[in-house]
Amino acid sequence: MDAAYEAKLRADYDGQSREDVLRDYREMLRIRRFEEAAARAYTRGKISGFLHLYIGQEAIAIATQQVMEPGDRVVSTYRTHGFAIALGSDPKACAAELFGKAAGLVGGVGGSMHFFDKERGLWGGYAIVGNHIPVAAGHAFASQYTGDGRVTLCFMGDGAVGIGPVHEGMTMAGIMKLPIVFVVENNQYSMGTPLKRTLPVEDITARAAGYGFASDRFHVTSVQETRRRLGEAVERARKDGKPTLVELITYRFRGHSMSDPAKYRQKEEVDRWRLNDPLERTLMALKTIYQVPEAELDAMDETIVAEMDGAYEFADKAPAPAPEARFDNVMAEGPYYGDSATTRPAGVE
Amino acid sequence: MPILQIRQAIRDAMKEEMERDERVFLMGEEVGYYNGAYKCSEGLLDHFGEKRVIDTPITETGFAGIGIGAAMCGLRPIIEFMTFNFSAVAFDQILNNAAKLRHMTHGQFGVPIVFRGPNAAAHMLGSTHSQAFEHFYAHIPGLKVIAVATPYDAKGLLKTAIRDENPVLFLESELMYSVKGEVPEEEYLIPFGQADIKRPGEHVTVITWGQGVPVALKAAELAAAEDVSCEVIDLRSIRPMDEAAIIASVKKTNRAVIVYHGWPNGGVGGDIIARIQELAFDDLDAPVLRVCYEDLPMPYAENLENLILPSPERALAAIRRVTYKR
Repeated sequence: MDAAYEAKLRADYDGQSREDVLRDYREMLRIRRFEEAAARAYTRGKISGFLHLYIGQEAIAIATQQVMEPGDRVVSTYRTHGFAIALGSDPKACAAELFGKAAGLVGGVGGSMHFFDKERGLWGGYAIVGNHIPVAAGHAFASQYTGDGRVTLCFMGDGAVGIGPVHEGMTMAGIMKLPIVFVVENNQYSMGTPLKRTLPVEDITARAAGYGFASDRFHVTSVQETRRRLGEAVERARKDGKPTLVELITYRFRGHSMSDPAKYRQKEEVDRWRLNDPLERTLMALKTIYQVPEAELDAMDETIVAEMDGAYEFADKAPAPAPEARFDNVMAEGPYYGDSATTRPAGVE
Repeated sequence: MPILQIRQAIRDAMKEEMERDERVFLMGEEVGYYNGAYKCSEGLLDHFGEKRVIDTPITETGFAGIGIGAAMCGLRPIIEFMTFNFSAVAFDQILNNAAKLRHMTHGQFGVPIVFRGPNAAAHMLGSTHSQAFEHFYAHIPGLKVIAVATPYDAKGLLKTAIRDENPVLFLESELMYSVKGEVPEEEYLIPFGQADIKRPGEHVTVITWGQGVPVALKAAELAAAEDVSCEVIDLRSIRPMDEAAIIASVKKTNRAVIVYHGWPNGGVGGDIIARIQELAFDDLDAPVLRVCYEDLPMPYAENLENLILPSPERALAAIRRVTYKR
C-alpha cells in the first residue's frame, strides 16, 4: 500500500468506530459471497435465464439500507440481489428464487430479474429498463396523497437514462414535488457499451436542473460516505418533499450478466477500479487502521460463506412449484384458468 | 327515469365512487381545469379539488406508471387517456407492469386501476387517431377489458371497474359521448362478464360491442325489413367474455356475424369465431363472418374512411350472406 492510498484511507475512516466498519464490511461481504455462489451455481447449470451480479456495487445497497426508515421503499432494476440481501431478505428465499423453486422470494415465478420483498422494503425487481421510474414516482405520489411520511428510493443504471419513461417519470416527480430520490448507479457500462458512447453529457446530474431536482454526484468508495450523502437526499425528500437526482459512480467487476465475458474492457482498467472497490478498501481499513486480526476477519468470512452455501444447498433441495401454481396471482379473484372453455388446460373446470 | 348522455353517466360514476372512497382519484391530461377533453370530468375539479382531480403534462407513460405505482400502495386510480390511441405510448406500463405485477410479485402487490378514454375511429382523424385497442389489450392475461355503448352500461360498468381489484381497460367512444339513455337515480352496478341482448331475434346472432353496437342495431333494423330477425348481443365485457351467452344464441340461430371496430387480423373477432367453431360446430349452418375495418390504415378523406369502417350496409350484406339471401 502506498503512502497516498493509506493517507486517503485514514482520512476516509476518520471518526468511524471499529464496530460500524466491521458491520459495513460484514454486510457487504454477505452480498459478495451470495453473488459469487450464484455465479458458481449458474456455471453448474443450476440457474437459467439472465443473471446480473452486483459485485463491486455492494456499498450502495448497504448504505441505502442504513438511511431507510421502516416503510421506506427501494425500487430497483434487474440487478437487484444486493438490495434484497441488504434489506434483510432471507438468502435461502433469494437462492430458491434463482433456482425457480416454490420457496423463492416470489414463488419461483420471477427469477433473478424480478425480486420483490415488500415486507422488507424491496419494491422490485424491474427488468424492462427504465419502466419502473414512473411506478416509483407513483409510490411517492401515494405517500404524498396519504401523508404517510415515507420516502421512495428509485435506482437505475447509467444505461437507463436515455429511455423515455425516465424522462416522463422525472418530469412528473418534479412537477408534483414528490418525496423520492432517484439514484443512478453509474457502473460505466450500458451492457457492453461505455458511457462515452451512450451519454451526450458525461455528468448525468446535469439533467436535474431541468426537473427542478437537487443533485449530488460522487465516487462510491465507502459505505459511510455513501450513507451520509444518500441520507441528505432522503431527508430532503422526507422533510421538504423535494426530489434529488444522485449519480453514484461505481463499477461492476463482472460482465453485464453471466453470459457476458466483458471482453470490451482491459485488465488494467479493472485493476484500477479494484483499488477503489469499497469492499477491498474496507478490508484494508480494518487491517491497517483498526488492527483487526486476520483470524477474526477469516472467521467472519467463513461464517458468511457457510451461510450462503447453505442457502444454495437449501435452494437445490427445495421443491419446484406445484403444477397448479401457474394459475395463481394472475387475477385477484383466485386461481385463473383462462377466459374460455376452449383454452382451459385439461383437468380444470 | 333521468335521461343522461354517456359522458354524464361516466362523470356520475366517477363522482359517486370518489365520494364513496377517498382512495379514488382521477388523473390525466386536461381532466381538471379544462373539465376533460370530452367533458367527462365536468365539475369534478370544483367538487373534489386538485388533490383528487389531477392534470398532468403530456406524459402517458409517466402518468400511467404513476397510477400503477399508486395502486400498488392501495390507492384506486382512474387514469384517463385523452384517446386510447395515446395509450400506445404507455403500452409497456400496461403490458409489463399493470397486467403482470400481481403475478410477478407472487401476490405481494395488486394493481386496482382503471384506464379509461375514447377508443376506435371517430370522424376523419387519420390513421394515428382511429385505432381500436381492445384487440391489443384483450390479448393479455391479467387485464380486464370493457367497452360501453349506452349511458346505463357506462355508469354501471365503470363503477364496477373502479371497485375491481384488477387493472381494467375501459373503452368509450368519442362519437358516442352524446348518446342519451335512461339511467336510474338509485345506485346500481353491472357485473363484468355478462353480455346484454340489445335486441332479441331468431335467425342470426349479431355479436358486437362498443362503437359496433349502433352499427349492428341499424343493420338488424334493415334486416327486419327483409324478414330476417337478428339477435344483437352487446358483449360489454370483452375480457372476461360471456361465452355462454354467445353460444346459447348461436345454438338458437345457427348463424353469427360479428360487427366491431378494429382490423380483422389477430383480433377479438377471430377469437370469437374460434370459440364458436369449437363450442357450436354442429349447430352452425353458415360460416361466421366479420364486419370490421378493412385490413388497411385509416385514411383522413371522408369517402375513403367510410369505405373502411364497418357500416350497417356492410353488416346487412353479411347477414344476407349467412342467411343465403344474397
